[in-house]
Amino acid sequence: MQIYLPIAEISLNVFLLLGLGGLIGFLAGLFGVGGGFLMTPLLIFIGVPPSVAVATQANHVVASSVSGVLAHFKRDNVDVRMGLVLLAGGFLGSTVGVALFSVLRGLGQIDLVISLSYVLLLGIIGVLLFLEGGRALVRRRRKVTAPSRRGHAWAAGWPLRMRFPKSRLYISALLPLSLGFGVGVLSAIMGVGGGFILVPLMIYVLGMPTTVVIGTSLFQIIFVSANVTFLQATQNQTVDLVLALLLVLGGVIGAQFGGRFAARLPADSLRIMLGLLILCVGGKLLFDLVTPPVDIYSLGVS
Amino acid sequence: MAARGLLFVAVLAVALSTPLRAQSLIADLSEHLVAITTGFVGVDVLLFGAVERSADPEAGGQPSGDLVVVVRGPEQAQTLHRKSNVAGIWMNTASLTFEQVPSFYAVAASRPLEEIAESTVLAANGIGLDHLDFHLPAAKASGPLREEWRQGLIRAKQREGLYVEALGQVTLIGETLFRSQVYFPTNVPTGVYQAQVFLFQGGQVASAQVIPLSVSKVGLEAELFDFAHGQAGAYGLIAVILALVAGWLGHLIFRRD
Repeated sequence: MQIYLPIAEISLNVFLLLGLGGLIGFLAGLFGVGGGFLMTPLLIFIGVPPSVAVATQANHVVASSVSGVLAHFKRDNVDVRMGLVLLAGGFLGSTVGVALFSVLRGLGQIDLVISLSYVLLLGIIGVLLFLEGGRALVRRRRKVTAPSRRGHAWAAGWPLRMRFPKSRLYISALLPLSLGFGVGVLSAIMGVGGGFILVPLMIYVLGMPTTVVIGTSLFQIIFVSANVTFLQATQNQTVDLVLALLLVLGGVIGAQFGGRFAARLPADSLRIMLGLLILCVGGKLLFDLVTPPVDIYSLGVS
Repeated sequence: MAARGLLFVAVLAVALSTPLRAQSLIADLSEHLVAITTGFVGVDVLLFGAVERSADPEAGGQPSGDLVVVVRGPEQAQTLHRKSNVAGIWMNTASLTFEQVPSFYAVAASRPLEEIAESTVLAANGIGLDHLDFHLPAAKASGPLREEWRQGLIRAKQREGLYVEALGQVTLIGETLFRSQVYFPTNVPTGVYQAQVFLFQGGQVASAQVIPLSVSKVGLEAELFDFAHGQAGAYGLIAVILALVAGWLGHLIFRRD
């Protein structure tokens, strides 16, 4: 059954879209990631224009983070104070990001920038996950415990120090502010929530306790991706509501199955699998960038 | 399809019962509105008509001449990018904006175009992809470069299925009737279209007719598109609110406690 997407201006199969939403939701539940960084490339592969894929995906991220954060709030795993500081940076970053997006779109370079950002990011994360999963597997076999890591105070001299009782931190507000800014820019250009970058940064750079990291990152992602959705809708008119709703519907269902399935698989194998999957998607994007195009001439946005 | 066939017969019956003295060509479309709805998967529009038999006894009562059908979409500005290889990566390195380009162009004829008329005649009537002029400002590109961009634009539009040259696709039925089909793909631009039907005799246009055709989004698709463009702020807010509600509902329905 085909459905016409009013903003993307193409017809796609309803079940393909529901299935894609479901698959990403399943992976999100399985691996505990937002899945945006896989959804956008897959949407592009099935023919959705990259600018529409990115903007619509941001809308999808809002829904999936709300679902996630409510559970974390219930367990009191959200550092609202830290979340608000990150959010301030994120708002600024995503606003700058959407403006940059518009400029690049006008120049005809947005598709390239989206693809390159994905190749770079997916490459790095895929390799890291793969290595970490592999190392953990080896470690487990040799029965060696992982070295514990805690944030270092290399930014201790920075001004504007703030107390974050929930995270048991007393650090410069500029640190989370700039992290939020950077992830906000990426969020706008790539249509991702940015949790997969933010979470490791919050643990290793800010030194936050792992228990509150995921809830807090989800908390700020809701607002940043809501801001991205709104700005993309007003500045570029690239948010496709029909597409977003189908993806959300599939995603909500898929996430539940993913979460249940995850309990039966060992964490290290999961990491290696996710790493491989990410490398495949990144590899396909890179392949498309380096193979000679069908025709060197292509239509731009009118 | 059966209904369309009946319509075809019915309209032709009416057309043929009236004498064709005033004009030697009469044609119409099976639909004057291509409606892009939720389930739109592209559509074939039937163009049909009749030509008067030649009064010239030497032609032996044969349908005199050749038929050419041109369907044009609304003109719009179109940017074209050219890629080149920079450090191993193919990226857009040049672009050019054509001021007026038909957003859709399909041509069908009863015989290969070059056998029907001289290229100057075809060009004067804007028939055939080779004779499309895009009003490219001469200052921006000239000579072979201009031609290269022009060809690039045509190829790009052809890949999208928006420029079509289907020769031999005007079918003559008997001595006077003809039919042709135009396919509008899912990515068809909206606006007012023109279907032009030409009757060529001896390499010249003997008769021509223009039939208007409208392509527009209707129903929910149209409302969403207009809403997204006309009231972008409200659309953005609704998109965010819907996502918030959907996420909350997802949490309520599937929570595991």
